[in-house]
Amino acid sequence: MLASLVLVLLIAAIAWIGAGAGLAPFFGVVLPYVAVLVFIGGMIWRMYYWAKSPVPFCIPTTGGQEKSLDFIKQAKLDCPSSTWGVIKRMFLEVFLFRSLFRNTAADIRENDPVNQGPRAIYYSSKWLWCFSLLFHYSVLVIVVRHFRFFMEPVPVVITWVETIDGIMQFGSPRFYWTGGLALMALLFLLCRRLWDHRLRYISLLNDYFPLWLLLGIVLSGLCLRYFDKTEISQVKIYLMGLTHFSPVAAGAINGLFFVHLTLVCVLLLYFPFSKLAHMPGIFFSPTRNMATDSRRVRHINPWNPPKQYFTYPEYEDTYREAMAEAGLPLEKQPEKAAE
Amino acid sequence: MYNAKAVIIGMVIFVAVFSSPFWLGWIGQDYTKTGVVLPQNEKTCIEDTEFMRAQHMRLLNEWRDKALREENRVYVSALNGRKWNISLQNTCTSSGCHSNYTEFCEKCHVANSVYPYCWTCHIIPTEGK
Repeated sequence: MLASLVLVLLIAAIAWIGAGAGLAPFFGVVLPYVAVLVFIGGMIWRMYYWAKSPVPFCIPTTGGQEKSLDFIKQAKLDCPSSTWGVIKRMFLEVFLFRSLFRNTAADIRENDPVNQGPRAIYYSSKWLWCFSLLFHYSVLVIVVRHFRFFMEPVPVVITWVETIDGIMQFGSPRFYWTGGLALMALLFLLCRRLWDHRLRYISLLNDYFPLWLLLGIVLSGLCLRYFDKTEISQVKIYLMGLTHFSPVAAGAINGLFFVHLTLVCVLLLYFPFSKLAHMPGIFFSPTRNMATDSRRVRHINPWNPPKQYFTYPEYEDTYREAMAEAGLPLEKQPEKAAE
Repeated sequence: MYNAKAVIIGMVIFVAVFSSPFWLGWIGQDYTKTGVVLPQNEKTCIEDTEFMRAQHMRLLNEWRDKALREENRVYVSALNGRKWNISLQNTCTSSGCHSNYTEFCEKCHVANSVYPYCWTCHIIPTEGK
């Protein structure tokens, strides 16, 4: 946990000192290009790697009653039996995180009145679902809002998103809800790992690192917007230079901007090789992308060698004479087969 | 590769979405300068240029609180100690200073999709229109 925090702080410090020491062209030009290339190339490689892995068994998650006899009610969303059903379940999973919504927690309650002693209880636990949904949608809105730096003129859609996001009109520059909500959700997701003993036991550096990294990005972004500001016109000129492949000098842009940018670049570099690749990964999960039709449709293991068939007519053709000699019943008698 | 058709469609969508900052930028214009026209008569603002460029929104927000909530209409510049009247219309956008709304305020605000709610109460300076 601490190691990953130190790592993120180190990256931020390197970017801060580097930008101050005249290495802004590296952190502001070379690194973003490399990061975008590695991100897109890495994700394509990852998708290709998954797509070429064979699925030997039919293993969809069955979250309810499978399609069976007519009078048994099928859980259509949790146990889809058709491709269309799979699409519906996938939609709910991607947009509403349905599997997290179904999350339950098990706990032992001491001195339970029912048992007159300890009793294991199971209850619905929506916290993870709530905060992960909050985090992902906040980040989506934040990313959409950032397109004001990439487009000239700014499309009206982005202005609408900003208006809704800053609808409370707190302060100047206006406070955007999603920034605060993303920070809150990230802190929850981090505290969840720290406070739940069982979860803490199984948490590794690659669980904490993305959280700290995202916290670093969100905090540096919030700081740039509300506290240690920089002139956003210059930032836009700078970013438009990058996206038009004609980088301009950083000029008087605050060093914190380069910290923010570098952390985003590190996220992009890290993304394809980490658990964050669950973004395309969900579509490649056999437990999610297959229909529960194992009773109706035979799933062929793709790595099985081609089967050598020896059909009965071929068998009879091979052994007809011997079979006729032994007086076995034949579909075609030897004289007929000869015709 | 299994399900090649679906996977390739997915990859194309992925690349299209995540390279959008690059190709969307080409749809509109490039943005290489702000095009702000500075006041002719005055050479310095109430604070230095760097501060004003980055922090004017915070300053104005503080000014609003000072003027309306604390009834304090005097601002002492940290730059040269000069005293200024806390007032958007009588100081900032008064004639001779940032009186040209379209060539000053709007230049950066519109390009960066900033729509402050100053003008729901204040009158937009019309000089130069």
